[in-house]
Amino acid sequence: MRSYEKYFRMNRLPHIWCPGCGNGIVMKSIAKAAEQLGLDQDNTVIVSGIGCSSRASGYMNFDTLHTAHGRAIPFATGIKLANPKLKVIVITGDGDCTAIGGNHFIHGARRNIDLTVILFNNNIYGMTGGQASPLTPTGKKATTAPFGSVDTAFDPCELAKAAGASYIARGTAFHAKPLVDLIAQGISNNGFSLVEAITQCPISYGRRNKMGDAAGMLKWMSENAVPLAAYEKLAEEQKGDKFPIGVLYQKTAPEYSAEYAKVIKLAQGGK
Amino acid sequence: MSQARLMQGNEACAEGAMAAGVNFFGGYPITPSTEIAEIMAKELPALGGTFIQMEDEIAGIAVVLGAALAGRKALTATSGPGFSLKQELIGYGCIAEIPLVIANVQRMGPATGQPTSPAQGDVMQARWGTHGDHPMIALSPWTVRESFDVAVMAVNYAERFRTPVIILLDEVVGHMREKVVLPKAEDIEIYPRRKPNCTREEGYKPYTPMADLVPNPADFGTGHHIHVTGLIHDETGFPTGSSKVTEDTIQRLHQKISRVQDEITHYDEFFMEDAEYAVLTYGGTARTAYAAVKMARQQGIKVGMVRLMTIWPFADKVIKKVAQKVKKILVPEMNYGQLVLEVERAAAGQAAVISLPKYNTEIFTPKEICTAIEELATEVVK
Amino acid sequence: MGIEITTLKERCKGCNICAAFCPKKILAMDTLGKVYVTDEKACINCGQCELRCPDYAIYVEKKVEK
Ligand SMILES: Cc1ncc(C[n+]2csc(CCOP(=O)(O)OP(=O)(O)O)c2C)c(N)n1
Ligand code: SF4
Ligand code: SF4
Ligand code: SF4
Repeated sequence: MRSYEKYFRMNRLPHIWCPGCGNGIVMKSIAKAAEQLGLDQDNTVIVSGIGCSSRASGYMNFDTLHTAHGRAIPFATGIKLANPKLKVIVITGDGDCTAIGGNHFIHGARRNIDLTVILFNNNIYGMTGGQASPLTPTGKKATTAPFGSVDTAFDPCELAKAAGASYIARGTAFHAKPLVDLIAQGISNNGFSLVEAITQCPISYGRRNKMGDAAGMLKWMSENAVPLAAYEKLAEEQKGDKFPIGVLYQKTAPEYSAEYAKVIKLAQGGK
Repeated sequence: MSQARLMQGNEACAEGAMAAGVNFFGGYPITPSTEIAEIMAKELPALGGTFIQMEDEIAGIAVVLGAALAGRKALTATSGPGFSLKQELIGYGCIAEIPLVIANVQRMGPATGQPTSPAQGDVMQARWGTHGDHPMIALSPWTVRESFDVAVMAVNYAERFRTPVIILLDEVVGHMREKVVLPKAEDIEIYPRRKPNCTREEGYKPYTPMADLVPNPADFGTGHHIHVTGLIHDETGFPTGSSKVTEDTIQRLHQKISRVQDEITHYDEFFMEDAEYAVLTYGGTARTAYAAVKMARQQGIKVGMVRLMTIWPFADKVIKKVAQKVKKILVPEMNYGQLVLEVERAAAGQAAVISLPKYNTEIFTPKEICTAIEELATEVVK
Repeated sequence: MGIEITTLKERCKGCNICAAFCPKKILAMDTLGKVYVTDEKACINCGQCELRCPDYAIYVEKKVEK
């Protein structure tokens, strides 16, 4: 028994994810971040969408909400505004967050409402068997891109930054320990935080794209994830598949529920 | 007595919701429902409540579902196209048993249709718009004052039965101005948020149905650590693939409403004592129908009127009784003929049911309905 | 002082991640596809297996002498 396990509903384990699926690693990082911060289980809500990754809410020992595909962020917005004391963490997949939920993601970031969105990015629609997502890299195969995807992928971190998020970080399932800190900082940030966690889906993505087994995919992360400072020093031709990790962006900006509290005060005759 | 005020149906609906304890509104602007959002934006903060304009109607219902789970009484309002967008999450509210009120000020469709024209074309969508089986409560007011009462009732039913409740307004009632006297706050009965019947330590299960078949899921942030999902779940709230639980759940969702159907069936009858013919009507059309029935009465036609406020669950028993009494039932509606199908079903051949549809952007005139009544009375019953 | 490796067979899905990352190559899959330890004494308590297991099925601990 590890101390962070109190943040799991142990009676719900083992989880439903496939052998080697990275979701379990990312979920453990969330539990460890909760432990690091000493999150109060009575005042924290986990909200998820629909997808393999979104099943995580059911394993976490808080008030938890498994919503509809793409809609976790607006549900979470309602919870936060209804009771601003609550810490609200959103668990979402790449399709959930950037395809069907893309508009909500942009507007959550725009409002800079105090939510921490943990995006489990496995570059694919896992739950439905491997269709292309907006984060499937160009050229990679999916059941709906059998000849390789011709779409250009989003960079969700750049998207969140442009939209107004105040904390943006990227980690990977391989870098499990630093991921804990990135999540903890995101939860501590008073505003919209995005933590993109690159994770492996060996079953619906890795296999089809000849990326090896789960361990092979983790090794790919270790070879291609580069701390931001080092990444910025790379020449364009050195970048290839490489991507930056760490805290990518941070700013101080008015937080939505606090701003709305001012509206209430004003309307009630205060100033 | 409070003072008389001149107000719109939409305004009365917003006021009624607030009077019943609504302190959270989320939505997206759309004619002819926008006034409800605008009033909420202005009034709620002073009451310590919250208004948020969302990025679309799906977000508009998602945000109120979230707020309701965190303890607020919540309302969203929309019209035609927005109502279509909300359907998936109306179903979510049904299965996850989340109290919530959706005001739909109907306009003419399909699609953008005739955006500023009145219609009653969402009657069937209100009942069957989301996928899967679930019951639905939908209430349709015919006056400004009743828009207030219906809003209070909708909020109370949503809380009591932990289910989404739809207010079916139409452009006629929503935008009509009438002088109304609203009840005093202390005279308004409010159904409070249901609370857990025991603690986590005592084995609390959020979805255990109580005697009224309605469960008491705890509000988030009250220390119960509950799980809420749109998947079929057992009493613990966690998903299960069990056929038995699935069947029982779908059955219970229906029964929690059907067992109180008589109580929640609201309607009025006019001139029905000696009626040989009846006009079955609802919403804005009922106002014209009432004038038409009076005109027909002056001509000596024994016609009465039944006005449904509760559209869903459908007033089968009421219609059955009417069908046993009269020869013919006329159903004027601002659509191609929707609720008439239910009337036919419930009348079960005991009376002839005649549809009087209208779908050309214009509202009925009393003359039009009166002429239809005259035709009823002259035609020989086959 | 020895090292104790605990494996929870009911949770292990045999994904092989722990074995692939074990620097001492002392983890393997049995015929049922579950993890087992080939040589506990060789373990250096690096924690790689526990860190990377997606199923919380393997734990490493320094044995406390009683
Ligand atoms: C409205 C709606 N459309 C489609 C689906 C089917 N669906 C379920 S999960 C999913 C994709 C999930 O992919 P992602 O969000 O990347 O999560 P993952 O399963 O990879 O963790 C889809 C398309 C659905 N449940 N609801
Ligand atoms: S399909 Fe992929 S994402 Fe889903 S559980 Fe399996 S490995 Fe994980
Ligand atoms: S990493 Fe975990 S689940 Fe995978 S084989 Fe090892 S112990 Fe089993
Ligand atoms: S702690 Fe290190 S050496 Fe020991 S079994 Fe685990 S991975 Fe191998």
